[in-house]
Amino acid sequence: MSDTHAQTAAYVRESMIGQSAPPTGQSGAIRWMRENLFSGVTNTILTLVSIYVIWVIVSHLFPWFANSIWRADSLTQCREIRDATVGADAPAACFAVIVDRWQQLVFGFYPQDKYWRPVLALVVFLAAIAPILFQSLPRKALWFSAAAPFLLFFLLWGGSVWLPVCVALGFVIGAVAYRLLVASAGTLTATLAAIVLPLLYWLFLAGPLDAALTAVAPVGLEYVQSKDFGGFTLSFIIGVAGIALSLPLGILLALGRQSHLFIIKMISVGFIEVIRGVPLIVWLFTASLLLNYFLPPGTNFDLMLRVIIMVTLFSAAYIAEVVRGGLAALPKGQYEGADSLGLDYWQSMRLVILPQALKISIPGIVNTFIGLFKDTTLVVFIGLLDPIGLTNAIRASTDWNGVYWELFIFVGLMFFIACFSMGRYSLFLEKKLQREHR
Amino acid sequence: MERQSNQEEVNMKRTVFLGALALSGLVAGAAAAATLDDVKARGKVNCGVTTGLVGFAAPDANGKWEGFDVAICRAVAAAIFGDQEKVEFVPTTGQTRFTALASGEVDLLARNTTNTFSRDVDLKFEFMPTNYYDGQGFMIPKALGVTSAKDLDGATVCIQTGTTTELNLADFFRANNISYEPVPIETNAEAQQQYLAGACDVYTTDASGLAATRATFENPGDHVILPEIISKEPLAPLVRHGDNDWGDLVRWTVYALIAAEEYGVTSENVKEMAASAGSNPEINRLLGTEGDLGAMLGLGKDWAVNAIAANGNYGEIFEANIGESTPIGLARGLNAQWTDGGLMYSPPFR
Repeated sequence: MSDTHAQTAAYVRESMIGQSAPPTGQSGAIRWMRENLFSGVTNTILTLVSIYVIWVIVSHLFPWFANSIWRADSLTQCREIRDATVGADAPAACFAVIVDRWQQLVFGFYPQDKYWRPVLALVVFLAAIAPILFQSLPRKALWFSAAAPFLLFFLLWGGSVWLPVCVALGFVIGAVAYRLLVASAGTLTATLAAIVLPLLYWLFLAGPLDAALTAVAPVGLEYVQSKDFGGFTLSFIIGVAGIALSLPLGILLALGRQSHLFIIKMISVGFIEVIRGVPLIVWLFTASLLLNYFLPPGTNFDLMLRVIIMVTLFSAAYIAEVVRGGLAALPKGQYEGADSLGLDYWQSMRLVILPQALKISIPGIVNTFIGLFKDTTLVVFIGLLDPIGLTNAIRASTDWNGVYWELFIFVGLMFFIACFSMGRYSLFLEKKLQREHR
Repeated sequence: MERQSNQEEVNMKRTVFLGALALSGLVAGAAAAATLDDVKARGKVNCGVTTGLVGFAAPDANGKWEGFDVAICRAVAAAIFGDQEKVEFVPTTGQTRFTALASGEVDLLARNTTNTFSRDVDLKFEFMPTNYYDGQGFMIPKALGVTSAKDLDGATVCIQTGTTTELNLADFFRANNISYEPVPIETNAEAQQQYLAGACDVYTTDASGLAATRATFENPGDHVILPEIISKEPLAPLVRHGDNDWGDLVRWTVYALIAAEEYGVTSENVKEMAASAGSNPEINRLLGTEGDLGAMLGLGKDWAVNAIAANGNYGEIFEANIGESTPIGLARGLNAQWTDGGLMYSPPFR
């Protein structure tokens, strides 16, 4: 510092002043509120109105939840407990109905001493789905996933262990036939053989084989009828079966619609347009009512199976269109590139086209799945007791007649958890695949 | 409520019928024969009930079905097998019930279904003796101070759409030259909420439904059911046309329950009374200690004994499920024995 200005400047700063915090009105929560909530007259009014609305909702709902009663045998008892504890005028939720009917809401009419079977089935299902969902898990576990559907069927319905084994054998026969023939007789013959041979086996051999094996070694679990299924077990079975079956079927339909083979193309287009053009509830009524007239009397075509088939076909038509969008989004060069490598149709689809097309379609596919899962509640209209149907049945007992919101809130929450998880997984998958892409 | 006849639904059913009959009419006809043999071979009765209606049919926490209609199914099972548990309950909705019966999915429909001409004749069903005489009534808050439905001029009325209650209501108000404003609602559950929230002054549906609904209110005493009943709703079990033997079996099982009440045969004393012939020949024939009426139905001598022992006679079933000792608290009214001024009247057992 020089003395040049010593006479002219009264004060010269000799060091920097340390930073001080911004004024309270310009920092932290207050600033955020000023900028976002009260930045003008209109916004201020809107904010105040919104706060009032939220207050009204919370002030009405909070006491209802806070006073909720979890232990009671009937709605009347709930009201007595409420009168004794918080007073007659206070709102109080009666969640005791959930506690009382918890098992029924989850398992429906499944025999009580066999509850371990659906529970174990859920564990098997989660273990089987994990390697499909997360690539970091060992690839060998996929073999377990392939066997899981048969294991799940056996656990849930019971009966002879040999039935699912004999059915599974058909798929093995198909795979072996394809392997053996593809080198010598060409792809088309091998594909045909892989379809026809298992069909013949299922039609003529599987039944007697099952009977013979059961006679030799009668191993199995006690049979549980389809009509004993209900509640969330029913929703999950229909939903999961529909999802698992409709994805491959939908992909095949999408490929069929793009095919150059006229008949296959027309069948796919016709199927998709007809199924998609009619509401699901109509298909369910068809499954439950009309089929009864067309089938020979005395045939016992399981209602639940009929529903699963209808739900699967319905959702497959939507999946097909979503996948077709993915296929159409790929540049033509990808198809030509795959051809120029000398790959046959299935190889080019499997190795080049579908991995890219499916990646694009993930949001749409998951969207369809979430829709399908929620649509399972429509079965209430054909007399199946899914969670919504059970709320009605529970209300029909004199104990719980008059209970509404508690049941619906519970059912809604369970569905939200399932659908929200699916949505999160889809986001996770998209992010992961995007990273690989870069 | 679903128990009301519904013209649209009837029309729809008929269309379905015509289409289906054209294709499989003959086959379906063949299926109707010898229901009793099918039932015996199967080892249980398939009985169609509602998916849930207070007092009439509902599963309890263990999944066991209970209710007024359920008791009829159990009595039939007991008459055939001597075991009231040999029955499979098939929940049906208002839409699926008639198809379920016509297609053979159920052997018997006990689903508080109103006996009407078109259902009996056009839908080709056979109605069994009425097990509950119902009728459409009105419920209002006591605070309104109305004592007769004729004073309801200008009232807002909660009414389930697409049912005969809607038509009955219009007829009633027009006949009395008064006006009303309908508030359409879909289900009984919704109606309860709307009525309690004050969306309508009056709720109208079957009187039994009104009583069941009122029983769930916090303060049932604040609401009254008006004395006027404006329609006839005879609720009865039904079977398919074409198998009269099966129809006879169900019909006389219901009559046996009604007659048992008339003669004082209860679930308590039936075994004792059936042990040896008593002084009343009618009771003896009913309980199989004299003659063999059971054989004419293709059943054992003790068919009626088993049916009565299952859940009691008609009066006991009524009291246990919907009677004055239950929260629903229905008085016998028209459903009392003919000896008490009601309509329950069983033909003689001879």
